[in-house]
Amino acid sequence: MMLKRPTSAGWAVLAIGVLCAVGFVDAALAQTAAPAAPAATDAAAAAAPVPNKGDTAWMLVSSALVLMMSLPGLALFYGGLVRTKNMASILTQVFAIVSMVGVIWTLYGYSLAFSDGGSMTPWIGGLSKAFMHGIDANSTAATFSNGVVIPELAYFVFQMTFAMITPALIVGAFAERIKFSAVMVFILLWVTVIYFPIAHWVWYVAAPDDVANAAKALAAAADGAAKTAAQAKLDEVTGAVGWLAGAGALDFAGGTVVHINAGIAGLVGALIIGNRTGYGKDLMAPHSLTMTMIGASLLWVGWFGFNAGSNLEANGTTALAFVNTMVATAGAALSWLLSEWVVKGKPSLLGICSGAVAGLVAVTPASGFAGPIGALVLGLVVSPVCLFFVSTVKNALGYDDALDVFGVHCIGGIIGALGTGILVNPALGGVGITDYTNITGNNAGTYDLVTQMIAQGKAVGATLIWSGVGSAILYKLVDLVIGLRPSVEEEREGLDITEHGERAYNI
Amino acid sequence: MKIVMAIIKPFKLDEVRDALTAIGVHGLTVTEVKGYGRQKGHTEVYRGAEYAVNFLPKIKIEVAVVQGDVDKTVDAITATAKTGQIGDGKIFVIPLDQAVRIRTGESDGAAL
Repeated sequence: MMLKRPTSAGWAVLAIGVLCAVGFVDAALAQTAAPAAPAATDAAAAAAPVPNKGDTAWMLVSSALVLMMSLPGLALFYGGLVRTKNMASILTQVFAIVSMVGVIWTLYGYSLAFSDGGSMTPWIGGLSKAFMHGIDANSTAATFSNGVVIPELAYFVFQMTFAMITPALIVGAFAERIKFSAVMVFILLWVTVIYFPIAHWVWYVAAPDDVANAAKALAAAADGAAKTAAQAKLDEVTGAVGWLAGAGALDFAGGTVVHINAGIAGLVGALIIGNRTGYGKDLMAPHSLTMTMIGASLLWVGWFGFNAGSNLEANGTTALAFVNTMVATAGAALSWLLSEWVVKGKPSLLGICSGAVAGLVAVTPASGFAGPIGALVLGLVVSPVCLFFVSTVKNALGYDDALDVFGVHCIGGIIGALGTGILVNPALGGVGITDYTNITGNNAGTYDLVTQMIAQGKAVGATLIWSGVGSAILYKLVDLVIGLRPSVEEEREGLDITEHGERAYNI
Repeated sequence: MKIVMAIIKPFKLDEVRDALTAIGVHGLTVTEVKGYGRQKGHTEVYRGAEYAVNFLPKIKIEVAVVQGDVDKTVDAITATAKTGQIGDGKIFVIPLDQAVRIRTGESDGAAL
């Protein structure tokens, strides 16, 4: 039998295979090693909490729901909006991004986003959990409640689905004029350099039990020296967090981490890659609003996992996030429908679907913090603003954000992130601020509008700058090495044939 | 022989077909086409993108007839396809050199 010399693709597959094999061996050996000792070693934290079956079941279901948001939700939402000759390319890009990020997350993404980074902890995690080192069926992860944990594997896979969908959102901005190889390489770099750090900045928080134990130790400290030591310990626990979390920025399910992040990366991509050939002259109408509506519907249903699942357990706050996701979306869908009816003369299907998505985006950071009426107002407000950006602003400035990633996700995310700072106010029905050091006061913190808006502004600004500038650098890099755009002839023929050798439709 | 080619409004197809059958025309070819004459198109708006769609969907009928049947064919189509509104369509009569029935090999008048 003649063995063929492997092609470059073959070497790549071999390399990935070797890496995975090393990972398997490493993880298997790690199973029997004791994981890092938990911070609670004193008698006050007697028996370590064990996961609850309801919480675990809910987290696994939520993870499945969020995967469904990508496949086929986002895939069809985007797919229906492009021309038939590019349908398979959009579907393939989304599917491939989800798959690739799933592997990357397992190998090193989870570790970079959600492990201790030593002195670098405010900025990025370390590699202590690379290849899932130390994580097994008995490992636990903290929730937002004292004494409640979930299996770390459930947290791992839940967060994985977020890492999968965020980069998939970006491709809508430069749909119909990018090479598949460029997408894959760009996204590989993007999740590593942009997504994992931002997720770490916002969501790498101190476990409530660790904070409570340190606070109890401080309260119990007898003399000056003990108090100083206990205070230092408390500061260490509350300080070993992502810097935006430490600044008090609130983002329940990813308004900044997912939507503003993907939105600005999409806009920068659309600007760097340039408009579609024939933009403004050729007919580029959506080939199937039916598919887009199916996608939008799956996104709405899946988003309950995205928002309500972000509470990491199944309780009243989870139900609040669920309700907010329903109410804000309904309000936003209705608001876009009516706004378009007034401004453009006809209520459209694409409009109501876009409104629903805009509402979902805006309520994402607010879902576990706002009250339902606040969420409703957020939904009613976001649609006219996003409608303004996707029509008036986009046409005035002439950029081809093909599927309105910036106009819906970035703008909607900014409104949601800033709105969260306002709506978390208990006076407006919000849940208020949580302070885990306030162990005698039921974790109640103090809300101040100005302080909170500054924190929200930091999160929005940091995301826009890191993702905007970072993505620009990565686009340029990929363009230099591989080239981002297909030729004009290839673009005219359609990416399905030129990039994938197939047609989405053979009718 | 002639080919009578008619561009008509799509919903008129069944009426025209029945009228042609009634006058003894037993075969025709139908194509879905787009076109415009004096009838204006419409505007489609997708979020911020506005497209003026000038082509309207029509049906094209092609019937091969012997010279003697041309007039009654044209009359039948005109009578049934007409609505009185702009966009009713047009009929073109085009010379036909040869016709063959593939199954039997009959040609010209016997083939129609």
